[in-house]
Amino acid sequence: MDCDAFYASVEKRDNPELADKPVIVGGGRRGVVSAACYVARIRGVKSAMPMFQALKKCPDAVVVKPRMDVYAAVSKEIRKMMEELTPAIEPLSLDEAFLDLRGTEKLHGHPPAVMLARLVKRMRDELGIGGSIGLSHNKFLAKIASDLDKPQGFAVIGQAETQQFLNDKPVRLIWGVGSTTQDALERAGIRLFSDLMRWEREDLHARFGSRGERLWHLARGQDKRRVSRNAPIKSISNETTFFEDTSDREILLGHLWRMCEKVTDRAKARELAGAVATLKLKTTKHGILTRRVTLRDPTQMAETLFQATKSLFDQLDHKQGYRLIGAGLSQLHPDTLADRTPDLLDPMAAQRATVERARDDIRKKFGSDAIIKGRSLR
Amino acid sequence: MKLSIERGALLKAVSQAQSVVERRNTIPILANVLIEAEGEHVQFRATDLDIEVVDKTVAQVERAGATTVSAVTLHEIVRKLPDGALVTLTDDAAKGRLTVDAGRSNFSLATLPKEDFPVMASSEYDSNFSAPAPVLRRLFDKSKFAISTEETRYYLNGVYMHIADADGGQVLRCVATDGHRLARIDADLPDGASDMPGIIVPRKTVGELRKLLEDDDVQIAVSVSETKVRFATPEITLTSKVIDGTFPDYQRVIPAGNTRRLEVDASEFAKAVDRVSTVSSERSRAVKLSLDEDRLVLSVNSPDSGAAEEELAVAYGDERLEIGFNAKYLLEIASQVDRENAVFMFNSSGDPTLMREGNDTTAVYVVMPMRV
Repeated sequence: MDCDAFYASVEKRDNPELADKPVIVGGGRRGVVSAACYVARIRGVKSAMPMFQALKKCPDAVVVKPRMDVYAAVSKEIRKMMEELTPAIEPLSLDEAFLDLRGTEKLHGHPPAVMLARLVKRMRDELGIGGSIGLSHNKFLAKIASDLDKPQGFAVIGQAETQQFLNDKPVRLIWGVGSTTQDALERAGIRLFSDLMRWEREDLHARFGSRGERLWHLARGQDKRRVSRNAPIKSISNETTFFEDTSDREILLGHLWRMCEKVTDRAKARELAGAVATLKLKTTKHGILTRRVTLRDPTQMAETLFQATKSLFDQLDHKQGYRLIGAGLSQLHPDTLADRTPDLLDPMAAQRATVERARDDIRKKFGSDAIIKGRSLR
Repeated sequence: MKLSIERGALLKAVSQAQSVVERRNTIPILANVLIEAEGEHVQFRATDLDIEVVDKTVAQVERAGATTVSAVTLHEIVRKLPDGALVTLTDDAAKGRLTVDAGRSNFSLATLPKEDFPVMASSEYDSNFSAPAPVLRRLFDKSKFAISTEETRYYLNGVYMHIADADGGQVLRCVATDGHRLARIDADLPDGASDMPGIIVPRKTVGELRKLLEDDDVQIAVSVSETKVRFATPEITLTSKVIDGTFPDYQRVIPAGNTRRLEVDASEFAKAVDRVSTVSSERSRAVKLSLDEDRLVLSVNSPDSGAAEEELAVAYGDERLEIGFNAKYLLEIASQVDRENAVFMFNSSGDPTLMREGNDTTAVYVVMPMRV
């Protein structure tokens, strides 16, 4: 199940005046589009597009600041409705989830297709949110199906027609195949699933490693991943693409700080702490640089993650501009193990941690912009 | 070049050389040892461009000369030769080979021209003094466990050797810390050392230096400049660059006002810590110390694996205290104590704790507690 223009739909629901207008959710000074309603999408506005560009395409658009807490509440309501269908739910984000409906027909007295149709109807009637359904025999295909006839779509890919369906589709439909992998595949003469079908399993493996193995299975519509309710989180990361490439250290560090805050906000919300800090950069030429460092102690503090990734950043020799920066935490532990051994040489660390906790409390109460570090204005 | 040398003497020289050369390096000549024979001596020289070691030893030199050959291969060969064997090294420059003959064993090794071998530029030293091997051994042995491996704080990746003011006047002092624990070791100031600039001796150099300090009767000649340090015995000269950075002001992190005094038999303490920490999880490694009137309870409580507790009779007269530490750090500092009891000075469960041996203030350790 994948909601249609989720953030924008919530905004339209809550403000009927917006109903027929192009609505863009997003903003901030260096804002990008978080979500756009279908009216705006027809005009060419896309997710992750820089706001200025979006407004060029659609000057009459109404720009709304995201209200994440409201979206989270609506998402919870949808989750409740899904729980009535099956306990095997794997949310991918606030507005998207896998549901495993195997063996539920006896229980509900109806096949999954009927129950899913009822689910989206209920969502529309009770919550005012539209959604699209992709129904198939595994996660890979269900995900593809859910995008087939959005909005308010309902697509089914049956076992028998899987191969025929895939053959003339481009391999970029595969989740995780980005531009880099696409280029690599293209060099091997693979653009469509039917191209992939011509490769022997061993040859794909030899050329693309374990990823090749996975491609071989996906080409045949095979995907054995289970719908897992609580997939253990292995890492938390966040990255941002700039609307203009930059090599300005101050600007980059400003972005880095915001990414660190986002990562640690999520870590704190999940009561996790990471022992490894990662810095990711994408250069103007699309080269990806990642650097990681094991921390003295697992952390969930934005300041600690920032200092660690900043020193990774300063160890690089910066010969070019960047188009993306990201930060991440991995090797996650429960936060009872976080930040337990203070640094002898850094007696201010304890104070900084206290400041950060106090700041978190203020943000919880008055909103995430209520108090910010000066460096996040860069 | 042609020379003969007893296997034992050769092994000693070559093993020092092969431990200096970098295992993985991109410059072939750096894998080699430079062998130079002249008069009645042969000299083995190896470098990784940061450290250079020269080992000079007596040999029967038939024909003077020099060449370079893989340090690791030569070491492996000599190591496997029988004890007492007489080894003959003959250089055939035309063929680019060095032959190694011992009894019925013959080896022929590829050489690289001696001209390509990088020799560390000699420099002026600001300070020259000599110190007995046991003094330097104590300074470095007791401090090196606290050296940091954190690359971002490279200036902690070594032992800070400098002149400091202590209660009884100036001392030669070694300090190392990684931010979790700190070791500060003092020795009497050797004659002529008072104007020595403070230097950070890199971890690898500390390891190599250790091999020069085995013999109690040897005097080590120490030469120090802002950028280099040299340690020399009559046979071996170890020259090293020092870490180019500023060591942090460590004095301010050594607690002076801790009043809660615990005295405990160090080896009993270490054994007990080791026992209870068996059940602590890999990541946590936390041990809780609960102190009460002459009683210390060590405990570990790990939700995943279990719990452990052990009681020790100790000397403690202050109010109750519960404080947690990383078991590994406790074991490391406890193992530094070799003669008397370990004396811990606590403040609160969140403050750095001080440890020393009896009332000896020439070896002081600081360890940071851990939230348990």
